[in-house]
Amino acid sequence: MPPGFGHADLLRLAAIPLLPLVAFFVQTLLGRFGPRKGDWIPVLALGIAAVLGVVEFGKVIIQKPWDPAFRAEWPGLFDWIPGAAGAKASFGILYDNLSATMTAAVGLVAFLIHLFSVGYMHGDRRYASFFAHLSLFSFGMLGLVLSDNFVSFFVCWEVMGLCSYLLIGHFSEKPSAAAACKKAFLTTRIGDVCLFLGIAILWTRLGTFRFTELWEAVPRVLAENGGAYPGWLVAAGLLIFGGAVGKSAQFPLHVWLPDAMEGPTPVSAMIHAATMVAAGVFLTARAFLFLSPEARLVVALVGSFTAIFAATIGICQTDIKRVLAYSTVSQLGYMIAGIGVGGIAAGLFHMITHATFKACLFLGSGSVIHAVHTQEMPQMGGLRRRMPITYGTMLVSTLAIAGVPLFAGFYSKDAILGSVLAHAMERRSLVDALPAIFLFVAAGMTAFYMFRLLILTFHGAPRDRHAFEHAHESPPVMTIPLFILAFFALSGGWLFGRSWFLQLGKGLPGMVEPTGHAAEVEHEAHGLALGGSLLAAGLGILLAFAFYQWKKLSAAAWAQRWGAVHRCVKNKYYVDEFYLATVVPLVLGLTAVQRWFDVRIVDGLVDGAGALGRLGAAISGWFDRWVVDGAVNLVGWLTQLWGGVARLFQTGRIQTYVAFGVAGAVAAAALVLMA
Amino acid sequence: MSLGAYLAVAAALFVLGLAMMIARRNLIYILMGIELILNAANLNFVAFSRHAANAGTEVALRGQVFALIVILLAVAEAAVALAIVLHVFRLFDSIRPEDPDLLRE
Repeated sequence: MPPGFGHADLLRLAAIPLLPLVAFFVQTLLGRFGPRKGDWIPVLALGIAAVLGVVEFGKVIIQKPWDPAFRAEWPGLFDWIPGAAGAKASFGILYDNLSATMTAAVGLVAFLIHLFSVGYMHGDRRYASFFAHLSLFSFGMLGLVLSDNFVSFFVCWEVMGLCSYLLIGHFSEKPSAAAACKKAFLTTRIGDVCLFLGIAILWTRLGTFRFTELWEAVPRVLAENGGAYPGWLVAAGLLIFGGAVGKSAQFPLHVWLPDAMEGPTPVSAMIHAATMVAAGVFLTARAFLFLSPEARLVVALVGSFTAIFAATIGICQTDIKRVLAYSTVSQLGYMIAGIGVGGIAAGLFHMITHATFKACLFLGSGSVIHAVHTQEMPQMGGLRRRMPITYGTMLVSTLAIAGVPLFAGFYSKDAILGSVLAHAMERRSLVDALPAIFLFVAAGMTAFYMFRLLILTFHGAPRDRHAFEHAHESPPVMTIPLFILAFFALSGGWLFGRSWFLQLGKGLPGMVEPTGHAAEVEHEAHGLALGGSLLAAGLGILLAFAFYQWKKLSAAAWAQRWGAVHRCVKNKYYVDEFYLATVVPLVLGLTAVQRWFDVRIVDGLVDGAGALGRLGAAISGWFDRWVVDGAVNLVGWLTQLWGGVARLFQTGRIQTYVAFGVAGAVAAAALVLMA
Repeated sequence: MSLGAYLAVAAALFVLGLAMMIARRNLIYILMGIELILNAANLNFVAFSRHAANAGTEVALRGQVFALIVILLAVAEAAVALAIVLHVFRLFDSIRPEDPDLLRE
């Protein structure tokens, strides 16, 4: 236990996830009867949790010198499945630099989103339950980052899966929303199964669920295996990463995230910034040690490919939220790729800065949608004059995500680009260079599509007079979170972020400080990356202005010229259609086979047993009717027969009786006389 | 007259009475058969009494007294039986012995 950390910290830390959980139950059961439909309960719980998170985080960072290996752990607070000696799942809290950062950031962003929802969801039919689910969602993420073992981690992971389903399907009367929440649930479920298998492999081989014990066990395993990763560990690492692919919407499981836009905008902000997708990145960082070098390359390739893949789609979308959704997929690709090449701190740094500016962008887009009641950018334009606060905050966030110096995204993206470039320069092979190429191109695209969004929405002349006339700035409960988030988007990089994450990175399990030649290469790479990222961002912004602001270039003409390519990208590379044509019929076919098996074989067995029973009953019935009843009837029949015989003597005529009597007397007399 | 002759007459009377009782299809005749049987018995009583008195082994007239009692009994019996027959005739419109068969079934 680090100095200065004790029982009081444990209580505060335990309260961080438990407060939203309690708020969820209270809100679900009583919320709608309370004043204001109980929205203040989750808001208050999240507010306290955020304050506690920030206080504890503050306690960690005011330690000087910052300790990279800081780790406070309270294992075994609660035994799940007590008494099961082998499979004991003991829940505890692991509070290290990473969870400290995540708790503070998640708590704060989630609180701001709750606050924003009070304004945005005003008058919604399921206002009360919306807040309950949002609160449970926050519990899932906060519990996940504080978990000290894979079991409670997985439980929270699944809680988030459930909440994403409930919240994306909030407008469940809309068929598209109902389809989207199902899609999100089932797609992430593929990843969840992978994660579960990965955890199972680790547990079977290493016999524990606890992160710290697993981290200690891995070097031992490597030493026993001559320094190489054994096959099962490679498999476990890749399977766990599969979980992250599902949750963090990496290619090929990215399809659910853009559809998740069917949920209310605060939910999108929640999923894209504070929770859910960040969980996958967090998991990859936690499980970095389980990834073999080849697996890390896979991670880097998946991430960087997703980054460029989603960025190209983002360029061609017209729905404001869909642009942001593909932007999130792309940025998540950055984080994953950064972690894959070993820049864990860079990836996490980007995750935190991204959480602030993407939450701001989503809430800003929510503010816009709230004002003009459409999500289509071609119907907006010129809103700058109507909504100055929204415009200002979104401008700051756009500058941040585009990677303009001094804004938060610049530092974190630069760190990732530096890492991938160093990786490429060190290995000097095409496949190792691919992440770097992808990410630099994607950086330019990011700047381009984000400024495209900003210009189409806020600049120029209004394209829809009616919507423009009715547009108005949102109430303070919605703009205050925007201000706060924009502040972090502006300052998150240089305020403390960069130095803090450099420090954090040194203490993460699996991190190796580059030395000698590698260190030189890394230094050089970071210098080059700085120039490269500035060039890419500048080019992207310039092109966006050329196309949409100054109209020097015509987007329509370009789309015309590249007709086939444009159509393909605009339709998201037909990935959905591909899945609809392959995976979905496959699954449906499989279920049909299973149904056949169920109906024919399983039901057949049951029916056969039934028929057999009926046959047995028929035989026993026959036996009963003919043998048992036959015996009884025989007795009766014999009695009747005898009765018939006896009856012959009972004529009822006195004279007969007298005759019998006389005959008897004569017989008796004869007997006496004979003797 | 020897005892045997009396006994033969009595036996004949008894058999005649029995035959009437069994064979006749009329309750009145059956009653008459019973009377014959009773009188056959009476004849036996009297004959044996006389025979025993003659031999000097028996007090005189004991058998005759028995016969008188039997005659009385027969009178009473006839009265009751005729009343029953009368009722049977009323109920069944017949005095054939096989007609009153309510207890048969």
